[in-house]
Amino acid sequence: MKILKKALPFFAVLLIWELLFRFGLLNEYLLPSPLSVAKAGLALAGSGELFLDLFASVKRVLAGFLAAAVFGLTLGTLSGYGRSLSDAIMPLCEFLRPIPPIAWIPIAILWFGLGDNPAYFIVFIGAFFPIFINSYWGIRESRLMHLNVARNFGASRFLVLTDVLLPGSLPRILHGLRIGLGLGWTSVISAELVGAQSGLGYMIQMNRVMLKTENIIAGMVTIGLAGLLMNYLMLLLEKRLLTWRKDTLRSAETAEA
Amino acid sequence: MIRVTAVSKQYAGGREAALQKASFEVRKGEFFCVLGPSGCGKTTLINIIAGFVKASSGQVLFDGKPVDGPCRDRIVVFQEHNLFDWMSVAANVEFGLKAKGVPAAERCRIAGEFIDLVHLKGFETAYPASLSGGMKQRVALARAMAVDPGCVLMDEPLGSLDSQMRERLQLEIMALWEKTKKTILMVTHDIEEAVFLSDRVALMSKAPGGISEIVNISLPRPRTAAVKATPEFQKLKRELSEKIMGDR
Repeated sequence: MKILKKALPFFAVLLIWELLFRFGLLNEYLLPSPLSVAKAGLALAGSGELFLDLFASVKRVLAGFLAAAVFGLTLGTLSGYGRSLSDAIMPLCEFLRPIPPIAWIPIAILWFGLGDNPAYFIVFIGAFFPIFINSYWGIRESRLMHLNVARNFGASRFLVLTDVLLPGSLPRILHGLRIGLGLGWTSVISAELVGAQSGLGYMIQMNRVMLKTENIIAGMVTIGLAGLLMNYLMLLLEKRLLTWRKDTLRSAETAEA
Repeated sequence: MIRVTAVSKQYAGGREAALQKASFEVRKGEFFCVLGPSGCGKTTLINIIAGFVKASSGQVLFDGKPVDGPCRDRIVVFQEHNLFDWMSVAANVEFGLKAKGVPAAERCRIAGEFIDLVHLKGFETAYPASLSGGMKQRVALARAMAVDPGCVLMDEPLGSLDSQMRERLQLEIMALWEKTKKTILMVTHDIEEAVFLSDRVALMSKAPGGISEIVNISLPRPRTAAVKATPEFQKLKRELSEKIMGDR
């Protein structure tokens, strides 16, 4: 029932789109019918081409995301905990943050050439900031009450970090990771539009040159679906790790009922 | 055990002193209540004795030594929100022991004992979000007692509970005190609660807060809920309430 409710808007869009096409309101070269997009998609999948491109993009996003996660979490946690480090790096971060990942592409191509390397770098740039900022604020906004309790019991700085600050800010950290992965995914596509010879971004760009609009849209649909799946997996991870949260507890109860 | 001498607190930017020359002494093993209306500086007083806040003037001695900063020997039970939400009941109770460096097996044993003492057996793996307000405070009490502190400081520990739960928890706190023989200093605005639990009650006047009088509660021990219906109890309650009213 719930899944049906979620799928309904998708069907509505497809239906309106198909109807517009049937009434001859769409130019086939600008926007082909959903049916021909589906056919093109199936053909691309059948030949394996689509999966090669999907795999290339996913590989890039995962590598860049992992590097951003390690680096962003470490730096965010340390600067959330230590005032002097955050004073030193926060202004620099706030200066770099508004520069969008796309704006890094020219310099990334200069530095790393074409292929995987500039894409790793662009994903890293895209994913780093949400991960860093969220882990920083997660630690920084820990409840004073909890810190007072820990101080009262004479907990060491290390115990405060591992048992109080980190688990307490885990909801925010996981949120940052999920946003970071999403931004990394959009970044990898942008990077591939100009700086790669494989991947979904490259694929839709090539099909524009060849005027195969149905392939472009099939590629875009794949990008959307992959992003949807990644977000879903991250949400699942959040639910798994945050069993102690009120909303998770409640949804577990309703699932039982 | 705790000697408070002419302690005052003036917060930066505050117009009036939050606390004005408070003096009293809490004896070892005693149940001592500070009773006063809200906003009279009770929480400030607890925070100074705990070591979270520095007094502007005056001195607090604990076991003869001046208080400078929080310490495991003076554990505070706050009004609310003091459990670690991400830890199970058992892990919360074990936290202080872990900070103390007690080995895991020993921690588990001690925590189990205190969880049992506050009647939460069977809830060891539950998370705070699934517990009622009263149960959460029982966990906080068990966590405080588990580290075997010199005294427990309670800041309106039952302040956010409904009256029924309040009465049940009063009995639990009393039982816990009788079993552990800990010194307890509790601040409350509830006259009945103060009379029921305490050996002595210090009355606090409103703004600027200071201790105006200390009253002996000579009701016999052990006390049960039935004591609340006795004429002696009612008389003490009336007496205290008149003193507090007259003070305004």
